[in-house]
Amino acid sequence: MNQKAQDNHADSRSFWERRVFSTDHKVIAKQYLSLALFWALMGGATAYLIRWQIAHPDTEAPGWGFISPDVYNALVTMHGTIMVFFVAMPLLLAAFGNFLIPLMIGARDMAFPRLNMLSVWVFFLASVVLITSFFVPGGPAAGGWTGYPPLSAKAEYTGVGWGMNLWLLALALEFASFLMGGVNFLTTTMNMRAPGMTWFRLPLVVWMQLTAAVIFMLSVGPLIAGAVMLLMDRVAGTTFFLPEGGGQPLLWQHLFWFFGHPEVYVLLLPGLGIVLEVITVFGRKPVFAYRPIIYSTIVAGFLSFVVWAHHQYVSGLDPRLAMPFSITTIIISVPFAIVVFSIIATLWGASMSFKTPMLFALGSLGVFIFGGLTGIFNGSAPVDIYIHDTYFVVAHFHYTLFSVVFFGSFAGIYYWFPKMFGRMMNDTLGKIHFWLTFVFFNSVFVPMHLVGLRGMMRRIANPLQYEFLKPIAPLNEFITLAAILLLLSQLTFVINFFWSLVRGRIAERNPWQANTLEWTTDSPPPHENFGTIPVVLRGPYNYSSPDTADDWISQDQPLTKAKAAAH
Amino acid sequence: MQSWFPENVSSFGGEVDGIFWFIFYITTIWFFLTEGLILYFIIRYRRKPGQRAVHVLGDNLNQLAWILVPLAIVVVLDLFIDLRGAEVWAKIKGELPPADVVVRGSGRQFNWEFTYPGPDGKFGTADDLQIDNDLHVPVRKVVRVILTSKDVIHSFFLPNARLKQDVVPGREIAAWFEIIRPGEYEIPCAELCGFGHSGMNGKLYAHTAEDYDKWLKEKWPSNGADANK
Repeated sequence: MNQKAQDNHADSRSFWERRVFSTDHKVIAKQYLSLALFWALMGGATAYLIRWQIAHPDTEAPGWGFISPDVYNALVTMHGTIMVFFVAMPLLLAAFGNFLIPLMIGARDMAFPRLNMLSVWVFFLASVVLITSFFVPGGPAAGGWTGYPPLSAKAEYTGVGWGMNLWLLALALEFASFLMGGVNFLTTTMNMRAPGMTWFRLPLVVWMQLTAAVIFMLSVGPLIAGAVMLLMDRVAGTTFFLPEGGGQPLLWQHLFWFFGHPEVYVLLLPGLGIVLEVITVFGRKPVFAYRPIIYSTIVAGFLSFVVWAHHQYVSGLDPRLAMPFSITTIIISVPFAIVVFSIIATLWGASMSFKTPMLFALGSLGVFIFGGLTGIFNGSAPVDIYIHDTYFVVAHFHYTLFSVVFFGSFAGIYYWFPKMFGRMMNDTLGKIHFWLTFVFFNSVFVPMHLVGLRGMMRRIANPLQYEFLKPIAPLNEFITLAAILLLLSQLTFVINFFWSLVRGRIAERNPWQANTLEWTTDSPPPHENFGTIPVVLRGPYNYSSPDTADDWISQDQPLTKAKAAAH
Repeated sequence: MQSWFPENVSSFGGEVDGIFWFIFYITTIWFFLTEGLILYFIIRYRRKPGQRAVHVLGDNLNQLAWILVPLAIVVVLDLFIDLRGAEVWAKIKGELPPADVVVRGSGRQFNWEFTYPGPDGKFGTADDLQIDNDLHVPVRKVVRVILTSKDVIHSFFLPNARLKQDVVPGREIAAWFEIIRPGEYEIPCAELCGFGHSGMNGKLYAHTAEDYDKWLKEKWPSNGADANK
């Protein structure tokens, strides 16, 4: 076996097969990571322009120029689309899922490596299509990332022609890509776990990835159907969503949110999984309530299919439906309360060291709790009458999403970087990155709640057109300043990332003294991952056990006599 | 603290704000409890030489009680919030109260078109009057607005009345409000409706009874305007 691994390491694959058209899950993960980081820059650029226009309406944004209302609508639409579908999904699911699942379960690769390669190239195609949509006459989609018809269904309403069709095509391609990925995640984990890797010895991040994949696969169907119907309305003259032909605009909202709310958990679960892995390693303590966490997230997955209409309280939905959906929304907070309380309980009695990944994991937890609490306001139907479609909602979902998508992913990148690239990232620069991000993030989004409570609507290009919003203009200027600083702070990450790629200290196999299987192989792991497939003897979180001399023991390491005696 | 919101001038707005503050106090307590606990643990359980973490798995009921008891409190508080909210929701969005004034409101990129039935109290007759972007109502009267759209989805938003209702083409959705303080307030559109969405803004004129009568006489000078009261 060792011989085989070495042969593979010095394998005969050409440069193209190894680096570009590779079927290796680690290369595919890095390709997704690169695309996601590229899109994150685009998403950040749109955020900058949006914030500039809100704080200094109708002035020239430095580095861009004048932002007209139709361009503003396109920017808002693209910011949401890019951040949710082209940053959050490829980062949390595709990059981490692809990299971690085979390594953590002790497999040589995914079950369907070619399908895996196809998925990343379909995602690449989706990216190309979305970029193309910026350059067609009429500009890119400008109907909001939720694409509500009739606005999105007829070119005359927005002035956007092919930009909107390409937007739909890009989303369809992206969904196809992630369906292929989901099939791989499930099949691989079901069939290719190393000997001894029972279901309840799987690291939680693998469980979370699987649950997320199942939720995604079950929820995306109705949205794909909706997208096809919307495309038909646009190009074939059908009227699925247009009332003049007997269509129903609200149908789209149901299809969209039937996917859209589960999607929130598709992003949340892998992020929480990363936080759990990091906190247990840097706390040197087993995750509290391992099995209840797994059960909770599965239950949450099911419940996520019956909460969607809480996005539609004031949409014209039958008012009698508000309370049932309000109650399911409350019930779904129960499993997540279990997970959050378990993470806090894990911190009790721990022995924490505050390396960069740990700072980001703790930051993610703190920020997520804030977002969870503000969600209670939105979930309350009467309060939602007032705050719906205001910046309170915008502030709320940035708290929940930024916590997992950015704090969570940064925790994961700083933590697994040595395994991915064989070098350590700079810890001091990482800590600076954390504190700048944490301070400026809160400086942007705490005041944004206040802006929302004053009634400021989402997606308006110029708040100064309204008398009742004039008093909050200084607050908007402050938020914009903080947002620009938040964006600039990310330079510390970019510098650290690229500098560490070439100059970082060479990483040993297991720099964090972690138990899970990915740390038992080389950094970075060779093609096919393991010399000999490990035999798993215990669960992933056996830290500070009284049976071991060290405060950790790999999942595949036998308890030696010496260690037993030391106890 | 009330200055967090624009001035409330509707009969039910105080109740919406009341639910907000009720949730605010509960969540604020939870915020400081949980974040405070995390901060305390971070300081108390930082790594010290020669000290090992506690090996606790949370795999039995005695230990799980530490998360299940707070969980039970959360569930009770959540249900409490929902029950209190249900009354307010039903009042605003449930059965409509009998209307003193009925107006039709229509969204059209990028204006509000308000139509009054005129002295005969019936829509679709010669004395109907359409006014763009201005909605005149008497205070302390129940106003019903029958909302529809001629193109895309808009949202009828009265920040000062704490009222919002999406306006959907192909449907007629009735909303109601009762203004308790005379004045001029804004009616922005709260749903993205195209390049003129920003700035789609109407004006609500809430008149005293006398002023409203005066306005009616001005608009329909020929005969009694009682039907519009």
